Amino acid sequence: MESGGFDFHIIFHSIPFLAKGMGLTLLLTVLGIAGGLVFGTLLALARLAPFKVLSFVAGSYVNFFRSMPLILVIFWFYFLVPLVLGQEIGAFQSVLIAFIMFEAAYYCEIMRAGIQSVKVGQAYAGEALGLTYPQNMRYVVLPQAFRNMIPILVSQAIVLFQDTALVYVVGLSDFLYSADIVANSENRLMEMYVTVAIVYFALCSWGQFQVRNLQKKFAHE
Amino acid sequence: MNETKDTISTDGVGIIQMRHVSKWYGDFQVLANCTTAVDKGEVVVVCGPSGSGKSTLIKVINGLEPFQEGTIIFNGTSVGDRTTNLPKLRSQIGMVFQNFELFPHISIMQNIKLAQMKVLGREDDQARNRSMELLERVGLTDQRDKFPAQLSGGQQQRVAIARGLAMDPMAMLFDEPTSALDPEMINEVLDVMTELAKEGMTMMVVSHEMGFAKRVADRVIFMDQGRIVEDATKDDFFGTPRGDRAQLFLSKILHH
Repeated sequence: MESGGFDFHIIFHSIPFLAKGMGLTLLLTVLGIAGGLVFGTLLALARLAPFKVLSFVAGSYVNFFRSMPLILVIFWFYFLVPLVLGQEIGAFQSVLIAFIMFEAAYYCEIMRAGIQSVKVGQAYAGEALGLTYPQNMRYVVLPQAFRNMIPILVSQAIVLFQDTALVYVVGLSDFLYSADIVANSENRLMEMYVTVAIVYFALCSWGQFQVRNLQKKFAHE
Repeated sequence: MNETKDTISTDGVGIIQMRHVSKWYGDFQVLANCTTAVDKGEVVVVCGPSGSGKSTLIKVINGLEPFQEGTIIFNGTSVGDRTTNLPKLRSQIGMVFQNFELFPHISIMQNIKLAQMKVLGREDDQARNRSMELLERVGLTDQRDKFPAQLSGGQQQRVAIARGLAMDPMAMLFDEPTSALDPEMINEVLDVMTELAKEGMTMMVVSHEMGFAKRVADRVIFMDQGRIVEDATKDDFFGTPRGDRAQLFLSKILHH
């Protein structure tokens, strides 16, 4: 075992390897948010639809996924779904699907609240101009709903960014797992775990800062 | 005698025809057997105490509010018919709301362009030109790139009128267009509406502005508890309102 003392060299030395892990973390986060947001918005529209069956199905989906631990959802798509399909779907694909389906349940509830936060008079005004229901949603209601919900949407995105660390269970090398590999092989636990903490902290703080900027920007309009 | 009411209600030439329309919210009846008609180029002011159903009366015309009994025909199309293409029908009827309801996330110009492009299928420059004409008309061309929240209430309501007119509608409905405005802004909106009326626009206006009604209206409808209790020419209405409720209402409105 090497001496104590904080070894900065090991950090610099492993930057390319860690960057590659960060690449995977960011890719999963971005795709998970994008997919979750699109699917979640569709679920929200279904939940608010006047058709009872549609809104019941969407509501059940949301309640179900919100009752499950994320890691269990990952297990399903990695271990169970291939059994049902009879073929592998790959670690990356399976965790991505798990993230999107899981996040969609949360984004659905956020968007539902967002849509309901838009004054009913706005929808009336769009309808009175002759916009169809989908047009009214697309051009009048949803842009305002998104805007009202941006702080919560970003907070949820930050949670997903952190949650992507769970992919180590299926052997994917995200940022945390890459650092963990270095930490164990070089026996530099302190250096690597502190570095990881600082990077997560810096990125999440930057995210929160951007939220505040956006809020200020919209307040002017 | 009630001659006026009978002659205007059933002659069948009105661009808006309403026959025996009733509407309930649960057990509460908001419209009770309402029958009236508005001819092309006519300006009808609808007044009455709050809760009398006057806003609902104009919201059923473009199908924003459903009704349970009776028929409404707009320019030959039955509003309550399930097969009616409501978005298309609505695009032919302009509507101005008490709280303006401009879209806060897009600019003034985009507010006026949106439905022209998405509903009427106008090209961008075509929609822009039409918007500029109307902004000029309401005196707000220099505000076109601002957002609604940057305008005063009176300015916002003038933009809302321009937005409605941009669809080249056959009639305009106004739902208490000046009730949410500060007193000093009421006239700038009424002036635009007066000019519109003089140009021959068919208008149905829910309003307590009796000065406007006296100057501009052809007819006045007075509502109480969901019923049309007076439907008379302007001169008859202000000269000799027949019902006690209408007299009481007028004395309250005119003497403060």
